[in-house]
Amino acid sequence: MALRGIEMRTLSALVAGLIFGLGLTVSGMINPAKIISFLDIAGKWDPSLLVVMAAALAVASIGYRIVLSREKPAFEPSFSLPTNSVIDRPLIVGSALFGVGWGLAGLCPGPAIAAAALGHVEIYAFLIALVAGMLLKDGLKRA
Amino acid sequence: MEITEFAPITAAIGGALIGGAAVMLMALNGRIAGISGIVAGIMAPLRGEGRADFSWRLAFVAGLVLAPLIVGLFSQSLVAVATPHPLWMMAIGGLFVGYGVRLGSGCTSGHGVCGVARFSRRSIAATATFMATAIVTVLILHGLAGY
Repeated sequence: MALRGIEMRTLSALVAGLIFGLGLTVSGMINPAKIISFLDIAGKWDPSLLVVMAAALAVASIGYRIVLSREKPAFEPSFSLPTNSVIDRPLIVGSALFGVGWGLAGLCPGPAIAAAALGHVEIYAFLIALVAGMLLKDGLKRA
Repeated sequence: MEITEFAPITAAIGGALIGGAAVMLMALNGRIAGISGIVAGIMAPLRGEGRADFSWRLAFVAGLVLAPLIVGLFSQSLVAVATPHPLWMMAIGGLFVGYGVRLGSGCTSGHGVCGVARFSRRSIAATATFMATAIVTVLILHGLAGY
């Protein structure tokens, strides 16, 4: 399905990305200080992230339930869902490494990309290293 | 250390928007709103892999980047960014996050929101793991290393 050459699935992704980014921004999640205040349970704890996660999960779990009971998505022939259900070593080691980086920087991929146009050197340092880290893994997998 | 205030109302509104965006992407495109997977997909042509999903992924990222610029027109305080840790730590952190999310097949959005919302065992295990190591990392940095 296309609207003057722009595919509907591209347009819908743009709007979804925009709403996702608005959510990250309004909740303060693009601010590394807020993430680190959440992770610092021994300091002046800021539980905002917990509320963000709880609200997102409430909406997504109910929404997914409704959506996934349908035959197919609006602009694609089928749902693309992960089928692997094994809790394996790469999952745990990778998530553990991700957590260390999250604690070091106070940033995960979504907020870092959302904050990309705000002009902070610290964010760019993170983003360049993020891409390097991803290529390090994916490059090794291909070789 | 930057002190931030607990803001439950904006946190709940923002969280609901994030969840809503994830549901929208699933309802319309049938896709998980996992940022690390989307970004890795954008870089897939670099490895000579297919570009079938290139344009929607790029569009999602464009929306993500655009959002704070729009919010910034109305409120500067909502787009305030403070980085409590030094620059080198941001760079090392980025490396760990980049490698880790690819090895672990997801990040806060794909595992923490989308996966847990589907009650995926893998995503619940991943989320518990990265939450734990992130908290321990900050405890060590602030408590022992003096940052």
